[in-house]
Amino acid sequence: MSGGHSQYKPSSGLMKWLDARLPLPRLVYDSFVAYPVPRNLNNWYTFGAILSAILVLQIVTGVVLAMHYVASTDLAFNSIEHIMRDVNYGWLMRRLHANGASFFFVAVYIHMFRSMYYGSYKEPREVLWILGVILFILMIATAFMGYVLPWGQMSFWAATVITGLFSAIPFIGETIQLWLLGGFAVDNATLNRFFSLHYLLPFIIAGVVVLHVWALHVSGQTNPTGVEVKNMRKETVPFTPYATIKDLFALMVFLLVMAWFVFYLPDFLGHPDNYIPADPLKTPAHIVPEWYFLPFYAILRAVDFNIGIPFTEVVLIDSKLGGVIAMFASLIVLLFLPWLDTSKVRSGNYRPMFRQFFLIFVVVCIGLGWLGSKPAEGGYVIAAQVLTAWYFLHFLVILPWLSRYETPKPIPASIADAVLADESSASSADKKTAPQAAE
Amino acid sequence: MKMTRLLTIAAAAAAVGLAAAAPAQAADYPTKDPRQIEWSFAGPFGHWDIGQLQRGLKVYIEVCSSCHSLDLIAFRNLKALGYSDAQVKALASEYDIEDGPNEDGEMFDRPGVPADRFPGPYANAQEAAAANNGAAPPDFSLLAKARAPQRGFPTFVFDVFWGPYAENGPDYIYSLMTGYQDPPAGKEVAEGTHYNPYFISGDTLAMANPLDDDLVDYDDGSPQTVDQYAADISAFMMWAAEPHLVERKQLGFKTMLFLIVLTALVYLTKKKVWAALKQ
Repeated sequence: MSGGHSQYKPSSGLMKWLDARLPLPRLVYDSFVAYPVPRNLNNWYTFGAILSAILVLQIVTGVVLAMHYVASTDLAFNSIEHIMRDVNYGWLMRRLHANGASFFFVAVYIHMFRSMYYGSYKEPREVLWILGVILFILMIATAFMGYVLPWGQMSFWAATVITGLFSAIPFIGETIQLWLLGGFAVDNATLNRFFSLHYLLPFIIAGVVVLHVWALHVSGQTNPTGVEVKNMRKETVPFTPYATIKDLFALMVFLLVMAWFVFYLPDFLGHPDNYIPADPLKTPAHIVPEWYFLPFYAILRAVDFNIGIPFTEVVLIDSKLGGVIAMFASLIVLLFLPWLDTSKVRSGNYRPMFRQFFLIFVVVCIGLGWLGSKPAEGGYVIAAQVLTAWYFLHFLVILPWLSRYETPKPIPASIADAVLADESSASSADKKTAPQAAE
Repeated sequence: MKMTRLLTIAAAAAAVGLAAAAPAQAADYPTKDPRQIEWSFAGPFGHWDIGQLQRGLKVYIEVCSSCHSLDLIAFRNLKALGYSDAQVKALASEYDIEDGPNEDGEMFDRPGVPADRFPGPYANAQEAAAANNGAAPPDFSLLAKARAPQRGFPTFVFDVFWGPYAENGPDYIYSLMTGYQDPPAGKEVAEGTHYNPYFISGDTLAMANPLDDDLVDYDDGSPQTVDQYAADISAFMMWAAEPHLVERKQLGFKTMLFLIVLTALVYLTKKKVWAALKQ
């Protein structure tokens, strides 16, 4: 859907000159002005643009914060307080950055659920999806290391718990842990390398985002009908002004919500214990990660049993390693999604059973998040085990099974058909409403 | 938008599931949720009650500072509490600050200057612990943000919209200060600890009730009660933990206003642009 050859016509002499030497304006024009998008995209499709905007916000605020932050176990905590108290608008930069991370994850989770619902990972968009999963994993690593930097109690103990996971890997685990920490315990070397990597990874993310957008612009966007564009003229609109203004509006609404948190509830999404300086001798009552990691944390702790050969004492996988495997598998399984769901119908709108299971899957993810915030004891563990099992069942059993046995509803012959049908039902409901091609 | 409807159902189902599972929650501390009182600095238009902050400072200096440090606050910061340069200078000079070394390599004491921070009551954490039955009194600078009991589902959802509520810290400190009471019948209270159902990590704590009526003299006519002292010190501690709180809320209001107007303009532009597509 990249629309054949470029329609860019340099308007000035300078642009002609540049176009003949480095066609950068042409690239921008073709990618963000003339690029055709399906006209029936709904607002769930705006989160890609929102994510790009937040990435820029995070990098800008992060660079400024790094000018005043000191990566030293003795000074890190107070350097953050120095930023909060004495640096001009330092409190604003810091609040934007910390809450920005949370809202980055809000946006990425919506973006991923949208992909899953509309089958955006299916042929020919497998690489696009895989790049997205890689971006998600990079985000997790970046956010985790960023959370360690303030060197509060939760920073320190989260770092201890998470790096400790690697020691569960047989034979090489201890070495990997040592190498991650730069020593035998979470200490100055750990803090320094986390700072270094926390500064590096966002630029790698930006690079992968370029590949992600490139892949998107090769295959073109999906749309709520899941039907590919057949008639460019009737079914697509140029990215600018149509998608640009729509994405901008969505971004504005998103920023309004984010501003509410930044200015009025800046600590709502954080943990109070991180206002206590890190103390290696004092373990907090409950060590919990940031809210956006809670589902994965629940999966990690759900495996509280050893896996061995039945009727013997032989333990093949102990509970710690089992938890680590489950947690990493919950991310890795996403990479295989395009080959697990092989239904030819993309959009969940035309897959009645898939819709039910998608809904259950969303509930399961939220439920895992809630369980991740609870102590790993009693009923919570059992509930986490059930939901973890369902998480994997969804990908490994339900989706392949649905692909084979579900009878989808008839799909529209084309986007134009679907849009016209929507518009006629909308206008019969309320004749005064202008047909919104977008929704 | 079918996906919207679907996600609404999903969210509702998740909420019902969480609500059903909530009673299973283990009995956690604090035993009693903090009492909520009115704070001048609450809400989007929150502002400091300067008189209250000054009283809180007085309570800190006369009562709390004998055990609790205030490491992150410099005397110069007190100008935000309405004191003049001369008053700040005078207060600072009442403190002895260790400085040095001088040319002879000796450390020496000198009167404080506005750039100095409040000196703590103890030389180090070990001394603080040794003087207090092994439990070092925490520093006051960030306590109003570091002690904020979780509100639990579904209260925390309402907190986002109603208020918005972000005063768990000062509410907690106020409740703790006014919450000392006789233990319920049959409750064993260990030697050297004191019963308080509002304490965040147990039902007894090492600190004895520090406040009493008429303990601190107020010169502005405010009631000299434990209740008033508790509210004043809590407000002061909130200021110490977040000196830019009011500035943040004021900038927030301007930002929200700007964003709302811009969002409306972008919306109208969007409508106009897309209307051109109408067949």
